[in-house]
Amino acid sequence: MRDKLPFEIKKRQNPSGLGVITVSFFALLGAFLVASIVFWAYGVNPIQAYIVLFSGAFGGIYEISETVRRAIPLMLAGVGLVVAFRAKFWNIGAEGQLLLGATAATWVALFSPFPDFLLIPGMFFFGFLGGALWGLVPAILKSKLGINDVITTLMMNYIAINLILFLVQGPWKGKHQWGFPYTDKFPESAQLGTIAGTNVHWITLIVGIISAVLIYFFINKTTPGFEIRVLGSSPSAGRFAGMSYVKTSLLVMAISGGLAGLAGVGEVAGIHHMLRNPSELSLGYGYTAIIVAWLARENPIAVIMTSLFFGAILAGGDTIKISLGLPFQITDVFSGLILFFLIGSEILMGYKIRWSPNND
Amino acid sequence: MIESWIIGTLSRTLAYGTPLLLGTLGEIYSERSGVLNLGIEGMMSIGAVSAFATAFLTGNPWLGMLVAGLAGGFASLLHGLVSITLRANQVVSGLALTMLGLGLSGLFGKGFEGKPLQSTIPNISIPILQDIPYLGEILFNNQNPVIYFAIVLTPILSFILYHTSIGITIRSVGENPAAADSTGINVWLVRYLCVLTGGVLSGLAGGYLSIVYRPAWTQGMTAGMGWLIIALTIFSSWSPVRGLLGAFFFGALIHLSFRLQPWVSPGLLKMMPYGSAIIALVILSLGKLNRKAGAPNALQQPYIRGEK
Repeated sequence: MRDKLPFEIKKRQNPSGLGVITVSFFALLGAFLVASIVFWAYGVNPIQAYIVLFSGAFGGIYEISETVRRAIPLMLAGVGLVVAFRAKFWNIGAEGQLLLGATAATWVALFSPFPDFLLIPGMFFFGFLGGALWGLVPAILKSKLGINDVITTLMMNYIAINLILFLVQGPWKGKHQWGFPYTDKFPESAQLGTIAGTNVHWITLIVGIISAVLIYFFINKTTPGFEIRVLGSSPSAGRFAGMSYVKTSLLVMAISGGLAGLAGVGEVAGIHHMLRNPSELSLGYGYTAIIVAWLARENPIAVIMTSLFFGAILAGGDTIKISLGLPFQITDVFSGLILFFLIGSEILMGYKIRWSPNND
Repeated sequence: MIESWIIGTLSRTLAYGTPLLLGTLGEIYSERSGVLNLGIEGMMSIGAVSAFATAFLTGNPWLGMLVAGLAGGFASLLHGLVSITLRANQVVSGLALTMLGLGLSGLFGKGFEGKPLQSTIPNISIPILQDIPYLGEILFNNQNPVIYFAIVLTPILSFILYHTSIGITIRSVGENPAAADSTGINVWLVRYLCVLTGGVLSGLAGGYLSIVYRPAWTQGMTAGMGWLIIALTIFSSWSPVRGLLGAFFFGALIHLSFRLQPWVSPGLLKMMPYGSAIIALVILSLGKLNRKAGAPNALQQPYIRGEK
């Protein structure tokens, strides 16, 4: 039976780079095809929807800048998630870590005794720390007590959301915000500069790109990075070689949470200039970053590209909302479909299909 | 005064715990067969919106519940296809299902947002039993039939799991699929059916939310319940009866997080169920109940015939 087929399917050990890119490309194509059905069912012409999506993301300088500014938090959180996923730590909590970074930065901006010139460095420092602390809780619980990381990181997200709601409705509620649940506006010295005419807070963008490069070298060229890779692929081998699972988990989650925290700093200091309702603050960046990291196949440098890709979807989704009247949740549909197609197609990467019509 | 407050709280606890119970029962079946499904939040959301839409358009809330179950089941098959047939990572597939479910329900629920439901499933009181002091008032007075459905379902599902050949089949597939396969059990079919069971029950949990619990549809109304259900499944050690206890305990916490709002900040109160879930897992693991107390051995492992 199998001999009659005009091609052979063989198992392969390491999927080639080109193979990965090809399969990922077709996976994305598949996701967009299914999404067209969703558009069509909603009564929107799919071709028109994609034109609007594309022009909303790349149609002009401003549109491109909107894509880039949404890529910034995705890049930082995504690079962090690459570190966690390399160690097989299921950090689903980038959203909460991002929010804690935003909270810590807000504290620095509004309530800390820092002098003006130290505000911005202080925000990045404490933002990293806030995210890292939020990430360390699940790391301790998993490595010391064996408690499921998916659950704890998720629960920490909801705790972070409600912590911010508590702060902006209570102790941190702004005195000059007409009773809205916002903190007061950050002082000028705590606002990040943007590229003229855009919302791109370039400092965070540079921090994001540098992080991607540094993490690439950290994972591939340093001893702790080596330990992360070994423990990620085979915990027992790593332990046998004398590596500490606890130490590595803590390190991994401090970095992962810390980078997500920096993403939060960028959002409050670069865009909103205040702490406000988490759903307005983040748009689910922490969850989208999971797909960003997955699509990058756990390569930190590739995260720069994949975060721009999802930044485009978020920016385009905004335009679709405004000009076609579709709810913003269309971006969740994209995210879900893309993720499904990516992992569903992974099985293809483990195999080699060779065209061989004459093999009977 | 205090007495009626406590009775009122306990009685409402049932209403808040029911969606958690339905979801937990389903997830227990799914995980017992070896498939972790993190898509509950998404399936509940799809269930909620399809139940509301059906009940709103037809005026029949029961039909709404039926459609919710079907929709949840259909959504779960997507997870089955990707994680069982295509052997993809179960964690990521479940997350994808949640994103897709939240997205689709937000998209297609937009037109129903803020609309009132004319006909809901009426509450019932059980004659005679409702006159039992305290207990009658808590359990049998003015409660919703769906609550009773969930409660009655618990011992049935528990009995099937532990005392019938169906249950043995399910558990053996979740413990050692290769051995089960060698005895002629169709591992894939069993897993698909268990995932489907989980999907149907999650869909019903969602339908309960939009038809009974708060007869309306709002985006994000599942509010993390799907994730609490995943925690409850671990907390229950994969046993339906313990799942019931956990579900009502967390139902009480969620209810209190509304009820105590005159005195405590809502933000702090709403942290309570999630914080408690973490604390509960810590206590469970410190209790030396064996770290994986009852976790199916082959949980999260795709089955590939001929490979170990």
